[in-house]
Amino acid sequence: MSSEILKPTRRALLRNAAALGALGTLAAPAIIREANAQSSFNWKRFAGTKLDVMLVKNPRSDLMQAEEKAFTALTGIEVSSEQVPEQQQRQKAMIEFSSGKPAFDVTMLALHVQKRLSAKGKWMEDLRPYLADASLTSPDFDYADFAAGAVDFGKQADGSIDTLPHFIDFWMVYYNKEMFAQKGLEYPKTMDELVAAAAKLNDPSKGIAGFVSRGLKNANIPVWTSWLLGQGLETVSPTGKLQTDGPEAVWAADMYRKLNKDYGPPGTIGFNWNECQTTFMQGRAAMWLDGIGFATPLEDPTKSRIVGKVGYGVTPAGPKAHHSALFGDGLGIARGSKNKQAAWLYLQYMCNKGNQLAMIKAGAGAPGRLSALSSPEASAGSRFPKQYFECLAESGKIARAGLPQIIPVTEFRDVFGVALTNTLTGADSATELKKATETFKPILEKSEQA
Amino acid sequence: MTISTSMPAAVAQPPSTAFQHSADFTPRYWLFSLPAVLIVAGVIVFPWLFTLYMSTQDWKIGGGPEFVGLQNFAELFRDARFIESMGHTAYFTILAVVLPILFGTAAALVFHREFPFRGLLRTIFVMPMMATPVAVALVWTMMFHPQLGVLNYLLSTIGIGPQNWVYDPGTVIPTLILVEVWHWTPLVMLIVLGGLAGLPREPYESALIDGANNWHMFRHITLPLVWPFIMVAIVIRTIDALKAFDTIFVITQGGPGTASETLNIFLYLQAFQFYKIGYASAVVVIFFVMIIMLSLLLLYARQKSKWDA
Repeated sequence: MSSEILKPTRRALLRNAAALGALGTLAAPAIIREANAQSSFNWKRFAGTKLDVMLVKNPRSDLMQAEEKAFTALTGIEVSSEQVPEQQQRQKAMIEFSSGKPAFDVTMLALHVQKRLSAKGKWMEDLRPYLADASLTSPDFDYADFAAGAVDFGKQADGSIDTLPHFIDFWMVYYNKEMFAQKGLEYPKTMDELVAAAAKLNDPSKGIAGFVSRGLKNANIPVWTSWLLGQGLETVSPTGKLQTDGPEAVWAADMYRKLNKDYGPPGTIGFNWNECQTTFMQGRAAMWLDGIGFATPLEDPTKSRIVGKVGYGVTPAGPKAHHSALFGDGLGIARGSKNKQAAWLYLQYMCNKGNQLAMIKAGAGAPGRLSALSSPEASAGSRFPKQYFECLAESGKIARAGLPQIIPVTEFRDVFGVALTNTLTGADSATELKKATETFKPILEKSEQA
Repeated sequence: MTISTSMPAAVAQPPSTAFQHSADFTPRYWLFSLPAVLIVAGVIVFPWLFTLYMSTQDWKIGGGPEFVGLQNFAELFRDARFIESMGHTAYFTILAVVLPILFGTAAALVFHREFPFRGLLRTIFVMPMMATPVAVALVWTMMFHPQLGVLNYLLSTIGIGPQNWVYDPGTVIPTLILVEVWHWTPLVMLIVLGGLAGLPREPYESALIDGANNWHMFRHITLPLVWPFIMVAIVIRTIDALKAFDTIFVITQGGPGTASETLNIFLYLQAFQFYKIGYASAVVVIFFVMIIMLSLLLLYARQKSKWDA
């Protein structure tokens, strides 16, 4: 054997060469594909294409627009984008998609409102074939990096991937650490403890409310569903049955009423998130339940009186379960677009690891990628304390949809929103929920039949 | 020189009727009126006919229309939210017309007199009218905040406790009226002031000779003479109040609960939040009939109020 290696015969050389050739034939495509992908993914293949993008007006869209120049430099694709206020964007999307010829190639969807509508109307392109195509998907895109909860949120019931979940919002409790310290209180671990803490912190004589949350109809639904998740229930079961007038739902509505009515500031019945934010930011409330996406002004000394005093607490555990209500936006390609492949490059770029990290660093909200959520770079130099990032990470582990995944979400929010508001003026929770359930049931049934 | 005693043909003819004018309707006449007819048909007649058509359909954006006849109208009159919104609209409209008319007329009487800095004060008085309704609404929203708003602070300085303003179902509509009064009283003042400026002096001189006092002159001379102008202001304010949307939507979105949900807010919800186009069209048709009836009534009243009537 050794002599053969040292002094190979012609026959041995030919045999070994043949073996190497066979091995090479088997392994080469994979190796070459990987090598090509890593080194020369062709970002320029759709150079000269022009994309129209409709965004929702928010700080994340500002970041995306700021990145457009770099995207054009990388791909040669021109981007024309507009930001439309949230409510108007939803109307515009609905009308344009219904027309069958939307004027945009890419848009954002509020997954907690438009997900089922999108599936029903076949609005968006299924991204699975794009993800599976190595010539279209950059090897460093890493779809598996998106948090499982966010990925599920972006998926339809048939498994199609309509959007990339580029932004997620967890509901949590902002609390004033100074007020808690003054009363010698720890952050509550359970919902019952939260009510007890609100009672102790409430001091109307000093203009301090123990707790503040949305009372305005429609906007108030996530407050109620946050408490209901503590009972391990969503408002609509996976089989499509309403779970809105049972004892758990009534318990959650009673929580909503007690906290808002007994320990809330005056006028809470008309409060949306902005009134709650102002109240908390001016040091007039000890706790505020809402989305973590509203944190930025709280740490801004030009707007807030409680900079450095804000605690970020995970929504406390309920009697039967521990969840954080989840909301989020997805970025997707219109099925009617003529530039789908170029649009896919846009999606990849805007949702890449760098841009998702930039989102969290700018305080523009929580990105869908785990690498960005857990990056030390995110907290380094951030205006937010370590607790903010811990709250994000912990909430992500227990996140569950905050609104029912049904088509008539807006009607749901309206009907039950009015019922909850009525409880603040003295109406009985059980009666109001029963009435609202009876009103909404035919609407839901009709939407499912359509 | 002979002067002809015969009358020109056109003068000699008896007053013409529309029927007799039909001879003038040459093809060229129709050609010139065609653009106007097309525009009216396209932008007024067609939308109305289409709205009527939609009101007979069960039609949600994203789905196809299905003919349901008058079912949308029947459903509307069973819809407690719709009935409630009609009540809110009536309540809001009455107050949003009566109060600016009273205050605007009083202000016009004040500004009609000569006093120092009258021009400056009149300019300041009409400034609210120049502001954009949405901007006005946002500023008032901040002022109404129960804990942090300036209104409660001002009340506290005179020993009055905090109010909930638009954050209470019981006070929300009167508070919205406060904004309307602030915003639109200047318009009424300008209209009535225009009327006062054109009044003749003679009746007043006669009244003074007859020993009338200020109240008598106001009651029996000023008010009757200026009434046609007040009627114009009432018509304009009624139309404005009925279509009020922006201020209410920005400040309360129809809340708390449904306490300030007027027909316009209800309509907006049905059309642009729930996308129920057929149902919303039925609301539009009912609203249109109501407005037509009210407008005819007001126009009749205005006609009656004319000086020579």
